[in-house]
Amino acid sequence: MPSNSDILIEAKGVDLSFGGGAVLNGAGAAVRDAEIVTIIGPNGAGKTSLVRVMLGLLQPQKGKIYRQPGLRIGYVPQQLSLDPALPMTVWRFMALGVTRGGRGERRRAALEEVGAGSVIDRPLQELSGGELQRVLLARALLRQPRLLVLDEPVQGVDVTGQAELYRLIGRIRDARGCGVLMISHDLHLVMAATDHVVCLNQHVCCAGHPESVTRDPAYIEMFGEQVAKTMAVYHHHHDHAHDADGNIVPLADGGAQGEETAQEDGVKLQ
Amino acid sequence: MDDFLFRAVLGGLGVALISGPLGAFVVWRRKAYFGAALSHSALLGVALGLILGVNPVAGVLAVCIAVAVILVFLRRGRQLGSDTILGILAHGTLALGLVAVAFLETVRFDLMAYLFGDILSVGVEDLWLIYGGGLAVGVAMAALWRPLLAATVHEEMAVVEGVNVTAVSLAFMILLAVVVALAMKVVGILLVTSLLIIPAAAVRPLSVTPEGMAGLAAVAGCLSVGFGLWGSMAFDLPAGPAIVVAALILFFVSQLIPGVGRK
Repeated sequence: MPSNSDILIEAKGVDLSFGGGAVLNGAGAAVRDAEIVTIIGPNGAGKTSLVRVMLGLLQPQKGKIYRQPGLRIGYVPQQLSLDPALPMTVWRFMALGVTRGGRGERRRAALEEVGAGSVIDRPLQELSGGELQRVLLARALLRQPRLLVLDEPVQGVDVTGQAELYRLIGRIRDARGCGVLMISHDLHLVMAATDHVVCLNQHVCCAGHPESVTRDPAYIEMFGEQVAKTMAVYHHHHDHAHDADGNIVPLADGGAQGEETAQEDGVKLQ
Repeated sequence: MDDFLFRAVLGGLGVALISGPLGAFVVWRRKAYFGAALSHSALLGVALGLILGVNPVAGVLAVCIAVAVILVFLRRGRQLGSDTILGILAHGTLALGLVAVAFLETVRFDLMAYLFGDILSVGVEDLWLIYGGGLAVGVAMAALWRPLLAATVHEEMAVVEGVNVTAVSLAFMILLAVVVALAMKVVGILLVTSLLIIPAAAVRPLSVTPEGMAGLAAVAGCLSVGFGLWGSMAFDLPAGPAIVVAALILFFVSQLIPGVGRK
């Protein structure tokens, strides 16, 4: 793991256990400027734990954590289950993570950047999974983060919405040049949306460019030969796009969808 | 208006104003049982204060903070649910308080006034305490508002964004203890929680933002004090319980209102 000056966040040799059960064993990961890193692995592999250690939410028994001094992090949690007793509009929620700079037009711009401008006055509890993920992302962006951290960003989002969400994350990285750290157990869609994959199963099984990782024996062992063999990065064309709910919208609509919407990158099972 | 009634209204309104925003957070953070445990332990604080010859309010604060610390300690055991632990603390400290009161034979002690409130005996000194303490709590809440709300919405997100969640939660707990001590005189130890949660719950269907709900809860609390005291005068009812009954009526009426912005 080379240590460069453009490293935003890095964990090395992390050991973590809860009540005797080992969760992480010498695990680590690093994110550089403008790089998208995805941690994948089966359930119980310790993906969320590793990210929580890197964010300082968990204290590991062993390991080194480096965070660039003054690093501004935008965090999109796995889920947000707001108590129904707490009235909260999207508009109000957006200002919650910033002490200043949460002025009206900035909030609106951040929501429009992620294609969620239409839900601005809605109660948070009434949003669909896709809309909520976009609002969480917009709120994180409002903080002008150097590093975006997303824990299973496509949970509760249908497949077409997932592909669109990953493309959106890619566009955000291109536009802002921020680093992105994601967790996913979804192999199919994430591969094409990431620069670097860390395959985790308590320890780092393999890591690297997505296409080289899928050929790695450790990866094949983890996810099964059949799955690994039949996975291939593919490109296909769409004559329509999808909004945050996966509803079909015409391409000419513009708005949330960028021009690359027509070309969907993904990995499919043949 | 008679002087005593005037003071009762002023005292009740003061407590209702500060209970609104605090009560909203009690509802949002699901701390209703915690509020009950704090208020039940207040009797022990009063008794200890009198035994040790210090201000009963100081005694209440000390015991409330001790209860919060014990709660954190007991939760570490992880074998019992929070509701069980809070139930044990609430009733255990109430029983301890009643036992401690028995040691106060030499002091004139009106137990019923502490248990059910004695708003009609609110004096000028009490008013100073209610408004001074209420103002201090209000200022502290204003400063805590954003980080406390962020921690209530998503604790870990708040931590990542630089909120010291432990400190903020502790500060909220202390403010809650202060409000319990202030509200004790108005509705009594056994009914303090109701003044925190019923007005806040009553205005939920009318609220769109957290700030709106906190403000409306203060208004609902003031209405409850007004109607309750009126009922108390008109029908010769005990004032503290009458205020809570008024809040209860507001709550049931408000539940008939369809939620704002809901289709």
